[in-house]
Amino acid sequence: MSKKHISLIGVNHKSTPLEVREKIALTGGYEEALNRLRDEQAHEFYLLSTCNRVELIWVTEDTAKTTPNMLRFLFGEAVAPEKWDSYSYVYHNQEAVNHLFKVAASLDSLVVGEAQILGQIKEAYRYASQFGCTGPLLNKLLHKSFSVAKRVRSETGIGSAAVSISSAAVELARKIFGNLGDKKVLLIGAGEMAELAAEHLLGQGAESITVANRTLSRAVDLAHRFNGRACSLEELDEQIETVDIIVSSTGSSELIIRSDDVRPLMRVRRNRPLFFIDIAVPRDLDPELNEIENVFLYDIDDLSQVVEMNRCEREKEAVKAERIVEEETLKFTKWQDGLTITPTISALRKKADTISSSEVSKTLAKMDLSESDRQKVEKLAHAITAKMLHDPLRFLKSESCRKGDDSKIDMVRTVFGLENDDADS
Amino acid sequence: MTQETFVQEINYLLFIAVLTVTLLSCAAYLVFFLSQKNHIRRWARFLLIGSWILQSGYIVTRYITVGNTPITTYHEAVFFFAWATTSAYLSFRWRYTVKNFGTFVSMLILGLLFGSAVASREIIPLEPALQSLWLPVHAGISLVAYGFLGLAFCGGLMYLLQERELKSKRLGYFFSRLPSLDSLDQLNSHCLAVGFAFLTLGMVTGIFWSKQAWGTYWRWNPKEACTLIIWCIYLIQIHQRFTVGWRGRRAALMIVGGFSLVMITLWLVIT
Repeated sequence: MSKKHISLIGVNHKSTPLEVREKIALTGGYEEALNRLRDEQAHEFYLLSTCNRVELIWVTEDTAKTTPNMLRFLFGEAVAPEKWDSYSYVYHNQEAVNHLFKVAASLDSLVVGEAQILGQIKEAYRYASQFGCTGPLLNKLLHKSFSVAKRVRSETGIGSAAVSISSAAVELARKIFGNLGDKKVLLIGAGEMAELAAEHLLGQGAESITVANRTLSRAVDLAHRFNGRACSLEELDEQIETVDIIVSSTGSSELIIRSDDVRPLMRVRRNRPLFFIDIAVPRDLDPELNEIENVFLYDIDDLSQVVEMNRCEREKEAVKAERIVEEETLKFTKWQDGLTITPTISALRKKADTISSSEVSKTLAKMDLSESDRQKVEKLAHAITAKMLHDPLRFLKSESCRKGDDSKIDMVRTVFGLENDDADS
Repeated sequence: MTQETFVQEINYLLFIAVLTVTLLSCAAYLVFFLSQKNHIRRWARFLLIGSWILQSGYIVTRYITVGNTPITTYHEAVFFFAWATTSAYLSFRWRYTVKNFGTFVSMLILGLLFGSAVASREIIPLEPALQSLWLPVHAGISLVAYGFLGLAFCGGLMYLLQERELKSKRLGYFFSRLPSLDSLDQLNSHCLAVGFAFLTLGMVTGIFWSKQAWGTYWRWNPKEACTLIIWCIYLIQIHQRFTVGWRGRRAALMIVGGFSLVMITLWLVIT
């Protein structure tokens, strides 16, 4: 039996321009594509398609023969064959495993650390396994990639820092207010970025949203979308008395809220903190606001600075994450190497011998036996393990396993718990 | 070896053990602060609980050696202060978790323990005039008050650090490691309320004790004057919080200032 190889080809945002990726991204859904892949000579396969990448992993005994077929599948008629190599990357075995783990851990993403990719891989895997495309090797590999992603997320800070303006605003709000559950948001003016920030704050549990706009009808429309209330710009002072977070993005060339307006209101607010977010250019809010006690003002530049800082932090964390990925890749390769008959047989024998000899020595320590009696007990234990192992070993050596059916070997390893022992050692 | 020297020996060993375990706990909290790995925090907490048990043991053996409640010399009072702070923190920890609070509190406890370590451990017999049940009650309650005010001090310090980063918009080292301003503010108001209640009780018992020992309720010595000032500072702050909602930076500054005065008073009380 020749060894099975895991191979991976793909295109991503680094290797391929968007126009090309658009052409080769799946349009007909996973089912149709997976069915087409069945014709290629792969034991197991899996396909991932997102807006930033298309990747294909398959298990084969003959990489040299299958790789060109897979490239043809990937690019089809969309790209001329001579460009295939420059647009795509091809990895085999350990490198392929490493790449998948990196992708799952969001180290290969456009925005490193974003959490979406794991969900996309899970969905792609669900299709592949539903249509019977994956087998023992890829099942294990994909499940492992989920746990690697989880480990990276919990052991490094890669997912914690905000990377967009609106998520930075939310992060700051959480550091000021702790729980956003009972906080009220006031949105002044409309604009894509302000709406995004409001949406984000609501997503984090903010209690309600009030929208203020020069044209009231626009405010009513927007308030309706967020399930909130509308008010006019003249009512701002009253609003500032009750709300906690204010996002401003009007097109006004003059300041909308001055620090002298807010100062007396703080007494009415009983000094409860106020968080102003100014995403308008030119500014809507008086920079002096930040000088008032318990008032925090961040404008668009401040927020971008936070985002930039987080990016540096992430790069540091990425180094830690890479190390975890390396480590897990080695573990997986070790597991895969064990997935042949000879190592399985020896692992099984070793496990049985260890159990029997440790139990025998435990019992003998408590008994006072003569030398010949001791030997008899040892012999007995040995005979029992040998007889117990006889059938599983015969099964492993039988023709059906020799043909290279990994699932049977995998089953034996699972039944006898050989995986866990490997992990411990 | 007589029984007395045996207890003294145990007492001394307990003191060394307290210092070592607290130092380890503080180091573990610092490592946790830097690395943010949860299992290290678990270790730090275990060590701090161990330190509390050893501290309690030390106070008991010291009681046996000295013959009266051991809060009369500088060494004893500061040690009891550390014990009260540890107890306050552990009781507090039971109900709330405030991110990385332990790091700051364990440093305060360690500082206090070192303060007691540099002082003379000599046993000074108590003047007969001062021997009264009021003394341990008064001193004990006051030091428990100091313990809670010490927690408020740590919270206030954390608030000021976090607030400075948020206001200056340079989100650096402390931003991700310190909890939200709101939770720190709540922590401060809670510790302040408990600490102030104990402080008042400590003053009332002190007045009775003064009457018993010196025949007059109030003598206007520096210690009494200082305590009154501290009490007023905290009273103003609590009053303002109830009426106009004083909070945030100003409250944190007052807490930090008030506690600094507490430390000065403590020094005045003993010397």
